[in-house]
Amino acid sequence: MLNQKEEVICLQCPLACRIIVETDRNKQIVSIANNQCARGVTYAEEEIVNPLRVLATTVRIHSRDQLHPLLPVITNGPIPKGLLQAAMLVLAETEVEAPVKYGDVVYANILDTGVDVVATMEVL
Amino acid sequence: MSAIIERAVDVAVIGGGPGGIGAAIKAREAGAKNVVLLERSEELGGMLPQCIHNGFGLHYFQAELSGPAYIHCLMQKLAQTDVDVMTQTMAIKLDGASITALTAQKLLRIKAKAVILAMGCRERSRGNIRIPGDRPAGVFTAGTAQRLINVEGYIPGRKVVILGSGDIGMIMARRLTLEGAEVVCLVELLPFIGGLIRNEVQCLRDFNIPVYTGHTVTRIIGRNRVEKILIAQVDQHGRPLPDTEKEFEADTLLLSVGLIPENELSTMAGVKLNPLTGGPVVDDLWQTGVPGIFAGGNVVHVHDLADYVTESSEMAAVNAVKYLNGQLKPARNIVVRAGRNIRYVVPNTIVSSQQPVSFFLRVSWPLKDATVRIGGLASKKYAFVRPSEQIRIDIPAKKMAELPDEIIVSCDGEEEVARC
Repeated sequence: MLNQKEEVICLQCPLACRIIVETDRNKQIVSIANNQCARGVTYAEEEIVNPLRVLATTVRIHSRDQLHPLLPVITNGPIPKGLLQAAMLVLAETEVEAPVKYGDVVYANILDTGVDVVATMEVL
Repeated sequence: MSAIIERAVDVAVIGGGPGGIGAAIKAREAGAKNVVLLERSEELGGMLPQCIHNGFGLHYFQAELSGPAYIHCLMQKLAQTDVDVMTQTMAIKLDGASITALTAQKLLRIKAKAVILAMGCRERSRGNIRIPGDRPAGVFTAGTAQRLINVEGYIPGRKVVILGSGDIGMIMARRLTLEGAEVVCLVELLPFIGGLIRNEVQCLRDFNIPVYTGHTVTRIIGRNRVEKILIAQVDQHGRPLPDTEKEFEADTLLLSVGLIPENELSTMAGVKLNPLTGGPVVDDLWQTGVPGIFAGGNVVHVHDLADYVTESSEMAAVNAVKYLNGQLKPARNIVVRAGRNIRYVVPNTIVSSQQPVSFFLRVSWPLKDATVRIGGLASKKYAFVRPSEQIRIDIPAKKMAELPDEIIVSCDGEEEVARC
């Protein structure tokens, strides 16, 4: 099987280098090209080996005034990109009761990532 | 009891989003004794409460916040002032510094010494761009869909085509996919993505959303609900090319095709608008052509970040207070023009002397190895300049001393994408 080439757009600075990463059949990185600085190399490696993303979504909240049926929440750190859909399903089943303060943990250690899901709005 | 309430205030701020809240706080801090903030919705925040993703506050609060969190922090500052906040209060008429507003079934007449316009934008609609075809249910602007999903708790559809690659379009592509809908494709008229590269990566590439640049939606088909969306490739004038049509099954079309500053009140008051921005013609003090009426935030021109919206409205507020203290002394009238490769530049005139001035501009096409020139005052080099990334250039006071009658702002560079 031939090696695979993937393009990673680096987001570290406005140059947004389109870095070409070559991986072999074992998904090991063989080469990294087209970056204009060393930060690009680390960034591209992370994006290929273990891409992480912050997840923002909403959960149902029960409050007296019913003005806000939803509470916006966010992971307080990035989680593996591959776990985003699974995390969404977990949070779709999660319901909270008001009052909730800004920063309250709504779901701790989601999918064993060590990352908590916190409220980004106050609902009284 | 009378249905008409009369009030006199020092400063009235119209619009309670990230701009208006900032302006009201700043006006009070700058010494205006009586400040009222008018907001037509039930809650303050403008568009931000529905923007649940992060990226707000990096500059203003030195923190990475979601939209609701940014507003929460601003409102904590607001709560420490005695600004009179009137929600569910819609200004319906502006006449000089006299505002008529509707509130709780009463008519409110406010006489303000200075007014700050902070009404933000509305979204361009299907009617504005005249997409041919049937008129079924299922056509939404992207911002409306965002509110439905993130605030009201409804999914607008299950099989979605998105027209427009501005940030809101891309963000909705991600949001819909995460909530279990299928984003069939994203269609963009120009040959490049309109929003931030970060969103291109984290909203489109991350979710393998098919993207058709250089295309547009040519027809909406559906009886009661959207059933099919037709797209076609376009020529350099944006006109569909024959025999390039593609058909997609879909039940929803989202439109992310531009923001239009909301200036009905401004024109009512005799404020002249700049056709390049859709917002009021403003000077470097953020005053419009009508004395005492200032403007800040997206009602003037679309900003990249809410942080800049707050900042620009604060600048308007500082000057509004100087105005009511009789401290604003326009000394000259130097015209600023958008030249080569510049889509627009604000401010449009320089009236102050001996003050630093900040220029905000957007280029009209992506260029690399570019140089932006502010007349003969400043020249700045950039590796890349893009229409989606606003440029700010600050000129120190001493350089603003001796100026010609006209300053032409221009940009030269190599095309990053072939111009069509």
